[in-house]
This record gives sequence, C-alpha cells and structure tokens, in this order.
Amino acid sequence: MTTLGVFLAVVRRDLLVALRRKSEVLTSLFFFVIVVSLFPLGIGPEMDLLRKIAPGVLWVAALLATMLSLNRLFANDHADGTLEQMALAPVPLGLLVAGKIFAHWLVAGLPLVLIAPVLGVQFDLGSRPLGVLMLSLLLGTPLLSLIGAIGAALTLGVRGGGVLVSLLTLPLFIPALIFGAGAVEADISGMGAAGHLSLLGGLLALAAFFAPWATTGALRIALE
Amino acid sequence: MLTVSDLACVRGDRRLFAGLAFTLEPRSWIYLTGENGVGKTSLLRMLVGLAPVEAGEIRWDGTPIARLGDDYRRAVTYLGHHNALKEELTGRENVCVGAALSGIALAAAQADALLARLGLAGREELPVRFLSQGQKRRVALARLLWSKSPLWVLDEPFVALDTAAVGWLASTLATHIAGGGMAILTSHQEVLIEGIVAQQLRLVRS
Repeated sequence: MTTLGVFLAVVRRDLLVALRRKSEVLTSLFFFVIVVSLFPLGIGPEMDLLRKIAPGVLWVAALLATMLSLNRLFANDHADGTLEQMALAPVPLGLLVAGKIFAHWLVAGLPLVLIAPVLGVQFDLGSRPLGVLMLSLLLGTPLLSLIGAIGAALTLGVRGGGVLVSLLTLPLFIPALIFGAGAVEADISGMGAAGHLSLLGGLLALAAFFAPWATTGALRIALE
Repeated sequence: MLTVSDLACVRGDRRLFAGLAFTLEPRSWIYLTGENGVGKTSLLRMLVGLAPVEAGEIRWDGTPIARLGDDYRRAVTYLGHHNALKEELTGRENVCVGAALSGIALAAAQADALLARLGLAGREELPVRFLSQGQKRRVALARLLWSKSPLWVLDEPFVALDTAAVGWLASTLATHIAGGGMAILTSHQEVLIEGIVAQQLRLVRS
C-alpha cells in the first residue's frame, strides 16, 4: 500500500468513527454557534461596538470550540488499544498522526469555517470582511488542530487531562489568534489583510512540518 | 531469531526484574508464566518496542531492535490486553482498517473470509460493540491471519475465548510455528500446542 493510501485509510477511518459518534462531533460546532450568538444578545444593538469586537469574538470562540474537541483526538484510540497498534505498525507513526489531525480538522475545524460567515452577519460585518474572516479561519483552524494535537498527545493518560490540554495549548494558540483576528481588523480598517494572512500561512506551513513530528514523540512517551 | 540479554525492567520506581536473558529461535515458542504483577506484560511490551529498556539488549537477527525500526515492526505482531478495535466500526471494517494501517490492503471479501475462519460468519456487518467479549477477542485475532510476521508476541490471548476458539488458536499457533514462525505468549491457563515443546520462562519476584 502506498504512503498516500495509508494516509487516506487513516482519514477515512477517523471520519467513519466520527460519523457514528455524531454527538461528540456536533458538540463543538453548537458550542461555537451559541457562544458567538450570545455576544450580540448580551451587548444589544450597538452596531459599531459589535463590528469592532466581531473578529476577536469569532476567533476566540473558534479557539475554544477547537479546544473542546481536542481530547477525543487520541484519548479514544488510547483507551481501546488502537493507538498502541498504530505505534507498532511498520509505517511511520507521523504519517498516521498527520492523517488523524487532518480528519480532526475536517470534522472540527472546517464546519467552523463554513458557518462563520453566517454568524458574522449578526455582527453587521460587510461581505469583504466576512470573506477575509473565512480565509483567516481556513488558514487558522488547521493550525489550531496541529498545535492542539501536540497538547493532546502530551496530556494523554494524565488525570484531569482536559483542563491540562487547555492550559498547555491556549498560550500556543495566541499567535494564530492575533494574526487571524488581526487580518479581519486590518481589512476593515483599510490596511489590507495580506500581511496577516501571509504570516498565518507561514505559521501553518511551519506547524504542518513540525507538529506531527512533535506529536509522535509525545505519543511514544505516553505509550510507555 | 530473537536474542535478549541482561534485560532489566523498571516500572515507576519498582525494579521488576533484572539480568533476564533468553533466545527464541524459529520453529519454537516460549510460554511465559509468573504471578500477577511480576512483569510479564512489561516484558512483552519491551520486546515489541513499546516500553523503554532500563538495561540490557534486545536483538533481532543480531541487530538491536531500536536500530531496526520499521523492519522489526514488520517482523512482529503483538496482541495485547486490549483488542485494538473501534467499537463503532463493524468487524469487517475493523479488520480492513487494521490491515490498512499496517500498509496491507485487504478487500472486504478477504476480511469476511478471515472472519468466517474465526467463526464469525454472518456477523461481519455488526458494529463490534454489539459482539460479546469472546467474539471481540476473535475479531482481534484476525490480526494473526493477515499479518505475515514471523514473531508473535501475545499477552493472554486466550482470555474470554470459548473451548472451540481456544482449540482454534492453539492449532493456528501450531501451524505458524511448524511453518518456521516463533511465538512468545503468556497465559494463566494450560496451553497445549500439538507436537511442539515449549520453552518455559518463569518470572519470579526476587
């Protein structure tokens, strides 16, 4: 079987499992929708204020929704022994991990990208800032999945792991938050989002290279 | 050929065993026994490369296993306490995915044939969580059928199996060993494999 074949097999497997465990998958999406929708309700019809806080609110909500979904990235496989077998397979563990992270993004990150413009309308954002928002989330959510995977692997098997993952990974999410929300703000203010989006893209490329390797190391330690 | 020399194992801050040495050659198997907690599972996990080695060496055909990496992993099949099955997937899907993750492409029909040999014909499309413990263990055993590894490391493989399945596993082991393979396994029940004498390795607390 080719490398790509193995990668796709992992992705297909995780998607299939997620499809049959719908409740876990929908939780983080609903969380995102509800948290974002609470702000216009709580603040009232202050259009100027809402427009100003929109990028930050949407990005923080995406961050938190990703955090919620991170513990199921490795915990289930660890509990039923499939993670062990992955570590023993004669294929690079990094390849299997990359497949799992990609599947995680498809299930937890991509829906956020697609629904964000709909939610952004509540904040009176124009169509161009909404487009920039989608693009920033499109670059940012895979970045969150990649960085979050390292945290999830490091806290595997640790009691109270859920909270620990948050403490570990939220600080690491901050650059993504700054450049992602900053891109939309830059577009609204007329400066143009190109710079911010390029930096976000650069971070994504760096994480795509580094995160599977770091995650694999952390997983092997967790399996000892 | 598997060679273990001067192996020591530490779990947390307890030294489980030290100075362990043995050789496992093709066409033979080792029956690993000992009390609960003496280190049998830890030893097996060290042999497959999951647990770190405190002291000593494990060599496969003369080369330390740490240096062999994927080549050694291709030569070993491990069955631990967990069945390594996804509860949401069917028996057929679990077998196909398990093989795919090891780089082996199995068609659905091939997976069904394996499951039939394991006595699970007609149950290939049931999500595994609807199977009994013994049936889940049988699905887990499919790994032995599609993998081509010479070395089998089995941690209590007979748990939850009924007499028919125990007989099946014993004869599968006999075929594997007679065909040039080797195995090391632990079990709390008497294991009889036709025609092949076991090397018994007993771990005792010092």
